[in-house]
Amino acid sequence: MKFLNHLTSFSVAAVAAVGFIAAVPQTGYTAGAGADLEHFSPVRTDRALQRGARTFMNYCQGCHTAEYQRYSRLAEDIGLSEKDMLENMVFTTDANGEQTKVGSLIGTNMSKEYAKTAFGVVPPNLALVSRSRGVDWLYTYMKAFYLDESRPLGANNTVYPNVGMPHVLADLQGWQKPVYHDDGEGHQVLEGYQQVTAGKLSKQEYDATVSDLVSFLDYLGDPNREARHSLGIKVMLFLFLFLALAILLKKEYWKDVPHNS
Amino acid sequence: MAADNVASNGAGAPAVDEKRRRLLTTGVGVVGALGAATMAIPFVSSMSPSARAKAAGAPVEIDISKLEPGQRVIVEWRGKPVWVVRRTPELLESLEQVSDELRDIESDKSEQPDYAKNVHRSINPEVLVMTGVCTHLGCSPTFRPDVAPADLGPDWKGGFFCPCHGSKFDISGRVYKGAPAPTNLPVPPHAFVSESIILVGEDGGQA
Amino acid sequence: MSKISDTMAWIDERIPLTDTWNKHVGQYYAPKNFNFWYYFGSLALLVLVIQIVTGIFLTMNYKPDGELAFKSVEYIMRDVNWGWLIRYMHSTGASMFFVVVYLHMMRGIMYGSYKKPRELLWIFGMLIYLVLMAEAFMGYLLPWGQMSYWGAQVIISLFGAIPWVGDAITLWLRGDYVVSDATLNRFFALHVIAMPLVLVGLVFVHIIALHEVGSNNPDGNDIKKVKGPDGKPLDGIPFHPYYSVKDLVGVAVFLIIFFAIVFFAPEMGGYFLEHANFVPADPLKTPEHIAPVWYFTPYYAILRAIPIKLLGVLAMFAAIAVLFFLPWIDRNPVRSIRYRSTAYKVILAAFVISFLILGYYGLQPVTPLGTFISRLCSLIYFGFFIALFFISKNEKTKPVPERVNY
Repeated sequence: MKFLNHLTSFSVAAVAAVGFIAAVPQTGYTAGAGADLEHFSPVRTDRALQRGARTFMNYCQGCHTAEYQRYSRLAEDIGLSEKDMLENMVFTTDANGEQTKVGSLIGTNMSKEYAKTAFGVVPPNLALVSRSRGVDWLYTYMKAFYLDESRPLGANNTVYPNVGMPHVLADLQGWQKPVYHDDGEGHQVLEGYQQVTAGKLSKQEYDATVSDLVSFLDYLGDPNREARHSLGIKVMLFLFLFLALAILLKKEYWKDVPHNS
Repeated sequence: MAADNVASNGAGAPAVDEKRRRLLTTGVGVVGALGAATMAIPFVSSMSPSARAKAAGAPVEIDISKLEPGQRVIVEWRGKPVWVVRRTPELLESLEQVSDELRDIESDKSEQPDYAKNVHRSINPEVLVMTGVCTHLGCSPTFRPDVAPADLGPDWKGGFFCPCHGSKFDISGRVYKGAPAPTNLPVPPHAFVSESIILVGEDGGQA
Repeated sequence: MSKISDTMAWIDERIPLTDTWNKHVGQYYAPKNFNFWYYFGSLALLVLVIQIVTGIFLTMNYKPDGELAFKSVEYIMRDVNWGWLIRYMHSTGASMFFVVVYLHMMRGIMYGSYKKPRELLWIFGMLIYLVLMAEAFMGYLLPWGQMSYWGAQVIISLFGAIPWVGDAITLWLRGDYVVSDATLNRFFALHVIAMPLVLVGLVFVHIIALHEVGSNNPDGNDIKKVKGPDGKPLDGIPFHPYYSVKDLVGVAVFLIIFFAIVFFAPEMGGYFLEHANFVPADPLKTPEHIAPVWYFTPYYAILRAIPIKLLGVLAMFAAIAVLFFLPWIDRNPVRSIRYRSTAYKVILAAFVISFLILGYYGLQPVTPLGTFISRLCSLIYFGFFIALFFISKNEKTKPVPERVNY
């Protein structure tokens, strides 16, 4: 049937377009100088996000905020009750010194004034960091701190040279030093790391912790993604139905239109 | 019909299947209208209270341990004034005396949780919790527990008076006849967390 | 008479409703040989509607304030019910508007739709394109991210190249010494009311002009020359129902692509929503690499290709301005590419390819190779118009048939 041919070709065009969209190369992430980034695929299970959230609240939130996201929304999305949330993850206090309400934005207890004197800058809001930096960068960055006594906070980073942030997870990871080799053209190429002091976690455990944390940051940057995808599939199905009907209608009316030759 | 508008080449144009045409037109119309209507949902819904508005409208706790008989405190819940009044025995007695002059004595047409649908319109007769917004046009009435003041006349037994359009309410917020307000003042959902702490905005689903 | 026709008669005595419908839809005869390229006019109208509707709803929650703008966008994305959908539709719509408009313009160039008697139709179309660029540019500042901020900074600074008054003009445009709250607030005003009003007005005139002279077609002949005994063009069919049902198919395919982007790739890999724009505007720190959104990059590449500031700015504006004169640069009366010479086809292909390459290099950081290729493509871009002017004078064309190919 001619109609089927039509529908097939339109569908192929549409699917090709969708495929193209999915395959569009990523652009414009501000890559760090030098170091290659490890590829990272975020894990979006409740358990992983809960672990990541816990790490975030325990280690990151001391200085960084995530002030676009609410605790209540987070609780709902990672499968926690508001009570669990308040008891296990809300360490911030409001202006009256009471525990922050569950409907509030995820802030920090560090004042901007204090941050400025301590670090020179206010640590950035991390709610969107996964969308400005990309998860590969974050994953590699969190594993790339190394001991460097020349830095004021004793830490440097191969992904973000002369980083202003201390190695907050040092008690988990321990301390490492980068190992370079010469590529023969005078460039120093990062080969790997050498453990200097041990942390509380093994290398695998630390990688898993960072994986959960970056998965959580990925969620934080785009909390609607799951909902968007599942709704998107329904919308696509509906539109394909509409397309099929529209093609039939068009064919029907265009029977009136005579060909010239 | 439509085919008439097309200049036919004289070559035998196929006969028009009007039934199929109508069916397809209806099909596309219905599916299209369905899609358009569904598309309207997000837009309409976006105008409802956002997560921020809902968070700001979370239940509030009030400590009434320091509230003396005959006094009122005002707290804000969802941007509206909520009154808590500790009534004196005299004020509670007045509730029975004014019955004949009220418009909705049993609060049948008024807004309140079931546990406040009684003469004193409260859980604990002594403690009144009420949304301080006049059911006429939304002004906030004044608290007038004084008996027989000059401006409200010798029959005034204490209650609330709305300065905007002169509506009068008794000390349970029940509206007097002859006032523009149509119903009694609303009672918000609330619960006693302890003897002296009231949670306004949530009652654990008792309503 | 039935109730409905009574009502219609009552209305028609007061406003020409039936007449208007017939003139523009029911009895508007369009050539029956429209192909793929003819979907984009109605699609542009569809995107305009999408942008206006989503724009109105975004305005309900957006705050044009240097302190609040970025936050209010995230508020829309997270706290407002369905805010993310409305915002992504608007941001995707902006890019798709240009996709559709570029294809629509390509159609006009390919089939000579700018030639007599459609010169004004073309010029109104070009004005729409111009206003659309201003609208998109101002809209892009509103999220107040790093890319918004520095993009505006760079583009406004272009006006500084104007001799004598340049600095005064940039200062006046910004309303401050840098892009600031004042700039954001006025861009908001222009984006949500001034430009859309002008745009809608121009679109109206564009359609009136089209319906006055009638649609061109892929064969570029005039269907009004061959009429049947009833006085209707033999190769014409009423817009409704034939093209309304056909455009519906186009709408369905377009919406599939549009919503696929909205739901599955709203950032479009950083081309529709740039990564740096997820960082709030910081007047003290320029992002490592800034580029305009993809639809401006061909012109941006021309700007960067020329080492002298004033000349670069002039070339960039000239690249757009020259398109206005196309009806007079192309001196050949044959409209459609189907009946034109190989030489014409070659220079047109070179023009399109150079435009695409310029678009690509406009997105990339400056490299010596990129600059060289950009210069070459800029020459080809302008060379097209010069070559066209001479080739079209004595072009060897094929005979244009009286009837359309269908």
